[in-house]
Amino acid sequence: MFQITNLVSGYGQSQILHELNLDVAKKEIVAVMGRNGMGKTTLFKSLMGVLPQWGGQISVDGQDVSAMETHERVERGIAYVPQGRMIFSHMTVLENIQTGLPASARGKVPDDLYALFPVLQEMRNRKGGNLSGGQQQQLAIARALATNPKVLLLDEPTEGIQPSIIKDLAHKLKEIRNLRDLTIVVSEQVLSFTMEIADRFLVIEKGKFVVEESRDKVDETMISRYLSV
Amino acid sequence: MDVSLSEFGAIAIMQGFNGLSVFCVLLLMALGLAIIFGQMGVINMAHGEFLTVGAYTTYVISSLTLQYFPAMQPYYFFFAIIAAFVIAGALGWLVESLMISKLYHRPLDTLLATWGLSLVMQQAFRSIFGAREVGAEMPAWIMGSWAPSEAIDIPRNGLFVMGLTLLCTVTIFLMLYRSRWGLQVRATMQNRVMSRAVGINTKKVDRMTFALGCGVAGVAGAAFTTIGSTGPTAGSLYIVDTFLTVVFGGAASLVGTIASAFSIAQAQSLMEFFLSGSMAKVLTLSAVILILMVRPQGLFSSKVRK
Repeated sequence: MFQITNLVSGYGQSQILHELNLDVAKKEIVAVMGRNGMGKTTLFKSLMGVLPQWGGQISVDGQDVSAMETHERVERGIAYVPQGRMIFSHMTVLENIQTGLPASARGKVPDDLYALFPVLQEMRNRKGGNLSGGQQQQLAIARALATNPKVLLLDEPTEGIQPSIIKDLAHKLKEIRNLRDLTIVVSEQVLSFTMEIADRFLVIEKGKFVVEESRDKVDETMISRYLSV
Repeated sequence: MDVSLSEFGAIAIMQGFNGLSVFCVLLLMALGLAIIFGQMGVINMAHGEFLTVGAYTTYVISSLTLQYFPAMQPYYFFFAIIAAFVIAGALGWLVESLMISKLYHRPLDTLLATWGLSLVMQQAFRSIFGAREVGAEMPAWIMGSWAPSEAIDIPRNGLFVMGLTLLCTVTIFLMLYRSRWGLQVRATMQNRVMSRAVGINTKKVDRMTFALGCGVAGVAGAAFTTIGSTGPTAGSLYIVDTFLTVVFGGAASLVGTIASAFSIAQAQSLMEFFLSGSMAKVLTLSAVILILMVRPQGLFSSKVRK
């Protein structure tokens, strides 16, 4: 469904990602684990076309998006929840969601989106910047879902969020996956969170995938060794 | 000078109204400049020339009407406003796609390039229309004045310009806060990369915004013809005040832009009457600089958690 072949990317002269390969099935949740500076965010940014892609291919549903601009990739079905959430803090919650809606929606937020995040409906007229961290995370996910994606990319969604809310987030993501037949790729440092949701685990180290395990065979202590400094 | 209190009041009201006309032109210019700067981070040094384009458009249409359809003379001004908007906007569209879009991530070069463009445009005006100032023939209903009391005389063209400015400002506000384009502009202003990542075609929004800002400057030019005569450098005389207005009001705050255009225009107009024109300018500039030292973010800026 979502395919990455020999992806190479980096900043300026320095190459960060070294020929990454990944094939994610429909409705699968894949966790990309790794410490800071190992290339998680770089991977997500180059998948979105925010960073220039040096080589390799990215395809969604058999369609090659490698040469496309960011907004065209969104049209083809990739949605992005960046690290730090990056909501539009001066705009209301409603307007934040509307930025993701296609023109055909005429600014109307679909009911199922509000059903997933009732707190956003309650706070729809508040400025995005005045929400709490957990609420902002929900808003960022709702905004991404508004684009009607096939693949959802989440970059460190638990960063700066209370442990009790992290559990809710995990449930929410699984619910969304089942409701919308969504493919999810999530990067994380928190193993307990991904143990809850992921079907497959990858460890990224210095821009290469060094471990790949499916859920039933995963060795928790081995992965946590890669995460500890 | 021996002035009684009531005479002083009348002078204050008339000068104040004179200031309102300046305020209107300044506001239309500043709104366009502020939206363009907020959206694209481009400081358009040629913004004044788009005012001149609008003014010359009005002049040309007025001469054509006089020559070919004298019967239409009382109404031509409305067509002139629309034509000024369309022509200045189309020119802005061209400039964005041929020049500004090629200079992404190079703000200093854009500054130089638009300044160069303004010189080129000024010379083009001089070559086409001549160096002498021209005036559009105003329809009769716009001339004359309205006298609510014996000592007060309020010119009708000023009232017209105010109505036009009000209409433009309300339209811009509605577009920014009620339309999809406005939503996309405000999103891009805050975070360009993220806007693209939610599917907004920022290049298209840029072009549209630049064209619209220039179009509004064109309308300002049409309004300008009712209060002054048009020369090749008519717009560049306004550009400094316009920049001042945008900075003073606080970037990305339209309410701030309105408030600052009002205070700058009024301060200058009132002081001009009692002091000389250049002294008025010096005092206004110093006051603005002093206020900006205390409030570098400008008059208005909205507060939220980051």
